[in-house]
Amino acid sequence: MNIASFASAHKKLVTAGFILLVLIFLATLPLYGNDYYINLLTTILMYTILAVSWAMFSGATGYMSLATAAFFGVGIMAMAFLYGTLPFPVIVVIGGVLASALAFLIGLVTLRLKGIYFAIFTFGFVMFISQTAYYTDVNILGNAWGHELPLMDPGMLHYAMLGLTVMTLLTIYFIRRSRYGLALLSIGGSEEAAEHMGINTTMTKIVLFTISSVFMGAAGAIYAPALIHVEARIAFNVFNSFVPILMAIFGGMGQLYGPVVGAAVFGYLDRTLRVELQEYFMLAFGIILVAVILFLPNGIVGLLPTLQERLRRLTARLRKGGETEQHANT
Amino acid sequence: MIEALPRLIVTGIMDGTIYGLLAMGLTLQYGVCQVLNIAHGEFLMLAAMLTWTLSAAFGISPLLVVAIIGPLLFGLGFLLQTTLFKALKARAPSPPVFEGNALLVAFGLFYIISFVARISWGARDYVNTILTDRVSFLGASFTLNQMIACVIAVAIGVAVYLFLSRTRQGRAIRATAEDPATAGLMGVNTNMILAFSFGLGALLAAIVGIMMSWRNPISTYIGFNNTVIALVVVTLGGLGSVPGSFIAGILIGIVSRLVSGLWEPLLIVPVYYAILMVLLLVKPVGLLGKR
Repeated sequence: MNIASFASAHKKLVTAGFILLVLIFLATLPLYGNDYYINLLTTILMYTILAVSWAMFSGATGYMSLATAAFFGVGIMAMAFLYGTLPFPVIVVIGGVLASALAFLIGLVTLRLKGIYFAIFTFGFVMFISQTAYYTDVNILGNAWGHELPLMDPGMLHYAMLGLTVMTLLTIYFIRRSRYGLALLSIGGSEEAAEHMGINTTMTKIVLFTISSVFMGAAGAIYAPALIHVEARIAFNVFNSFVPILMAIFGGMGQLYGPVVGAAVFGYLDRTLRVELQEYFMLAFGIILVAVILFLPNGIVGLLPTLQERLRRLTARLRKGGETEQHANT
Repeated sequence: MIEALPRLIVTGIMDGTIYGLLAMGLTLQYGVCQVLNIAHGEFLMLAAMLTWTLSAAFGISPLLVVAIIGPLLFGLGFLLQTTLFKALKARAPSPPVFEGNALLVAFGLFYIISFVARISWGARDYVNTILTDRVSFLGASFTLNQMIACVIAVAIGVAVYLFLSRTRQGRAIRATAEDPATAGLMGVNTNMILAFSFGLGALLAAIVGIMMSWRNPISTYIGFNNTVIALVVVTLGGLGSVPGSFIAGILIGIVSRLVSGLWEPLLIVPVYYAILMVLLLVKPVGLLGKR
């Protein structure tokens, strides 16, 4: 039995083994990797959480949320304000809870807005919260220079982020397979039809929007110490709303692992190129965003079946060619 | 405080006509092409920076540069619609998907234009103000460029409105916005109309950008703030409604002057969004919106 047929026969086993390998690599990294690589992978995990939780709601329903930066920023600000007063994990939970409370409120009032209005509202909300938080922080609370967070062990942050990533992926994996996941997909297909089938669409949307934001908030809280200097305008940077979308679309939203692939590629590029080639990196970001939406609507992951099909056809043709040759010889 | 009120309102109206003109471009692009152009402010920025280059390097008067920059940006908008957004529309399975994708592509354009500009002009402020003599009008004093910009904005706003409501081409544009398929069957060259509308939107942004460079220092960072203003104005006026956006522009102009004059300049953007969010919740289609 050769490798190819083994892989196709035990697809699940191979997938599980691969995931296990990646997890082992990520879990043991702080033992031998230097701080640069640990930070890099923590960033990638952070983007993974954002991209996967964004795709879980917005990818499935078509309600394009641009509020990711708001939830992420709430987590960051929670850590900035509460650091030192409470244990680290408690603050992370608080960050998640605050973000989801915010998402619940937004969902309650806005998820009846259709299409583009939802996108405008959530976009506006990020601008609103960023400016208001900045004003409150500087002029009312008097933190004119922002908040300094003490340097924390990158290994510890890495484990915290890894734990959250695993939790996020598991939760979303099960949601996708549950009735809620199917309900979300049917809302994306046709909301009216979903309603007629007896799905409580408003409830489903609000609940899943809230769940998706828990992870964004918690990720922000864990990521905050890596920023060292925290300021409301940095925490609520609107860029953070669009990056996960690009990652999710680049990777492909049909599969759970699509956004993970996208986050890995872009997280890596972001960390390595953004510092040295700031302006050119941002320019490239724009070009890639346009190109991906135009040419890869199903993402890189969506390319795989097409490539497989081409490969299969190619090998079939080669084999056929070989056979006819044999016939000619005999 | 109260005695400042009339002055603030008059200045607000003057600013507002310019916001209205800017928002008109955005609303045309959304209403006709279904592209919510997040990069709208970047067209404005590009025009302002080009104004500086043309007047500093070639000595062309900032009052006349529109003859060069106008067609240039109109052409850019025209090209973007005929290549990028047309291809995007052909690939999108449904109109809502197209709107979402177009928004993201526009965001990509925002990055492309603003960082091409940053690479070529850097991040510093450029001062290129003209006609800064002060004149007295309605008991308050204004700079001459402010008055001229206001007059031009109103004139162009009215001209675009008349063009859309009275001429044959205008009717074709409105028909295409309403129902592109039927308009196409009636013999309207819809691809041409879409491209023309997108170009017209870019042209309006360019005119606003040129006029802004007369008054304020400009930099490659001014785009996003103006996009934000235009977005608020357009939503307030009703997405796709041209007169609505002009009226909403004046309203936002007054609000911004009142907030900065009587309260706190830092809170202008939060107030914009507070208005926007309340409005979206109460009347999602805007002041003069139809759907």
